[in-house]
Amino acid sequence: MNIEWYVVLSSLLFAIGATGILIRRSPVVILLCLELMLNAGNLALVAFSRMVGNQQGQVFAVVVMVVAACEVVVGLGLIVAIFRRRLPLDVDELRELRG
Amino acid sequence: MSATTWAWLVLLLPLLGSIVVSLGFRAIPARVAGIVGTASIGLAFLCAIAVLVNLLGEDAGARHHASSLWDYASAAGLDIKLGIYVDQLSAFMILVVTGVSTLIHLYSFGYMQSDEGYHRFFGYLNFFVFSMLLLVLAGNFVLLIVGWAFVGFASYALISFWYRRTTATKAGMKAFVINVVGDIGLVLAAFLIFRELGTFEYGEVFARAPDVFARGEWTVTAICLLLLAGAFAKSAQIPFHTWLPDAMEGPTPVSALIHAATMVTAGVYLIARTHVLFYLAPTAADIGAFVGLATLLVAGTIAIAMTDLKRAIAYSTMSQIGYMIMGVSIGAYAQGLFHLMTHAFFKALLFMAAGSIISAMANRQDIDRMSGFWRAMRFTSLMLLVGGLALAAFPLTSGFFSKDSILAYAGARGGMYTWMAIGGYVGAFLTALYTFRLIFRVLPGEPCEEARHLIETGELYHGPPINPANEEEEDTDVGFPGGRHHIAEQSWPMAAAMALLGFGALFAGLIQVPGVDNVLFGFLDPAFADSPLAAIHPSVGAEWRGLAIGAAISLLGIATAWLLWARRPELPPLFRERFRPAYLLAVNKWYFDEAIELLIVRPALAIGRFANSTFERLVVDGLVTGTKETVGGAGGLVRVVQSGFVRSYALLLLAGFAGLALYFLLSSQ
Repeated sequence: MNIEWYVVLSSLLFAIGATGILIRRSPVVILLCLELMLNAGNLALVAFSRMVGNQQGQVFAVVVMVVAACEVVVGLGLIVAIFRRRLPLDVDELRELRG
Repeated sequence: MSATTWAWLVLLLPLLGSIVVSLGFRAIPARVAGIVGTASIGLAFLCAIAVLVNLLGEDAGARHHASSLWDYASAAGLDIKLGIYVDQLSAFMILVVTGVSTLIHLYSFGYMQSDEGYHRFFGYLNFFVFSMLLLVLAGNFVLLIVGWAFVGFASYALISFWYRRTTATKAGMKAFVINVVGDIGLVLAAFLIFRELGTFEYGEVFARAPDVFARGEWTVTAICLLLLAGAFAKSAQIPFHTWLPDAMEGPTPVSALIHAATMVTAGVYLIARTHVLFYLAPTAADIGAFVGLATLLVAGTIAIAMTDLKRAIAYSTMSQIGYMIMGVSIGAYAQGLFHLMTHAFFKALLFMAAGSIISAMANRQDIDRMSGFWRAMRFTSLMLLVGGLALAAFPLTSGFFSKDSILAYAGARGGMYTWMAIGGYVGAFLTALYTFRLIFRVLPGEPCEEARHLIETGELYHGPPINPANEEEEDTDVGFPGGRHHIAEQSWPMAAAMALLGFGALFAGLIQVPGVDNVLFGFLDPAFADSPLAAIHPSVGAEWRGLAIGAAISLLGIATAWLLWARRPELPPLFRERFRPAYLLAVNKWYFDEAIELLIVRPALAIGRFANSTFERLVVDGLVTGTKETVGGAGGLVRVVQSGFVRSYALLLLAGFAGLALYFLLSSQ
């Protein structure tokens, strides 16, 4: 298969993820969209790795998966903590960082 | 042990005494503190004698040693050692300082007995002596400045010793501020010396100075003028003298210490120590001599008009220091130091006698209220008389030989210095006059109320606690002169100290009688051998002619004083009326305080007020506020971005990332 298909698919996935982050207000969905963007990146890495013919890209993809797993742990932990404190699960309401 | 080891001990003992007394004030009883304080200075005196014995055992030309404990600072071409310099001059100075200080400590042991601040007093007193010893033993200009500044601090602490008296605290501040002005002169002089010669060590500076400087060159003149500023401030010479009479607010032993052993003699020592530089700067030396002459005459006239017993003696100190400054400035080094020594004896004695009388007067110092103390306090009166005779240069007393040796040298140097000798003789007449004015007003006559009380009951008169200087009621806490006083007749330490000093005041001059013996000059002269001026010696005949003139002037002065204040006491008021402007000038101390107030204090205050109201508001506040506003404004701009909306951050991130990607895409083609 041609490399362009993979890259186009990866770009689409990335754009969907980014759009999700920008338009959704629920932290859980934002976390999902983040995962989508990371995996779009992974797809591109693996595709390019196959095109070039060595395994470095695949190694990167595995590392990214580990990072993504960690991120999910922290993110979900945060969301549970927010929920337990009975704070609104809405990123627009959680704006204590306002300068 | 070598001379330098003993000299280190001389330094160490008073310091140890001061530390022990100051830190142990809770643990040790008052009398022990007094004994520790006195003994440490006494032992230092014994060590000073050991230094002298060691020096005498050596060749006259080899009697100078430098010794250093460690390098105080050593960097970038600068090498400052914590070192001392022992030669004839410093040996002589430590002998005078420790000797007289021992007796003053002994006197204080009795005099301050009832003061609540007994420990504090001895702590300060020992520190004062230590500072002075550091000053005279220092082996380089840096250590000299350290000792110089310590002396200034110690004098401040002791003048303000009775800190509940506003007059005392003000006098202490005045002394400190004026001394610091002098310190600046000394520090600048040291900077110049280092710039020109590259070293601070005495030995190297004095060895190299004649090669580096031409005689009369402006740099060396500037150095000497700056040194003179320091010397004038410490030695209370015009125009830096106004602190000295105010320093009388301190306890009387402190006055004795400041005037006799420590502090005011520092200026004389400094000029004698740097005589090599002063020889190279004849202009500066002449200025020093003229200021000395002016001070001795001005102070003499003021002393005649003073009605405060201690202040009158203070002005006489200024006047006598004027002789010494004049002496060491014109080249009469050994002679000036000789007068320094005899003056230390008789001036300490005079202050001690005055302290005893002031105790009997319940702290009143006004001689208008005093009379008839000859019948009330025979020993004190005798000692006042002995001190007075020596101060007035009565024939064969110590002051007679020392003062005339300076004037004889001035006469022998000739030229304009002859006029200085003549001015000195005029000053001698004034000295005899004001000294015996005090004596004729205080000793003879009907006993005053306080003296009568002492004769009748054998107890001291006690008035209400009132500060005589401003009639304020005393705050009878710690820092005031205490409820009980002590006089020499009832306290053996005071009497012993006075008797020993009386002996010195009468007979110390006999070690240096022209044509008979040459003990002191024979010892001191090699220290000044590198100055051609020290080679000038008046002939024995000229010296005896001078002594005869001095004796005649002294007797004339005493006779005049007797006529004016004992025989015809109605005359002085008449004179006061007849020569009112002159009297006003003298009694207002030649308006020096007012002049300084007008020329320096007021402008400084005006500048301060201007700086406070205008400069501070506009420039300083403007800068500070401006900085704050700028930072705040910039922060306000950035704050807009920090909205707290996570999604807007994400958008910005994406936009930025896309922008970057676009840029690289475009630029790669």
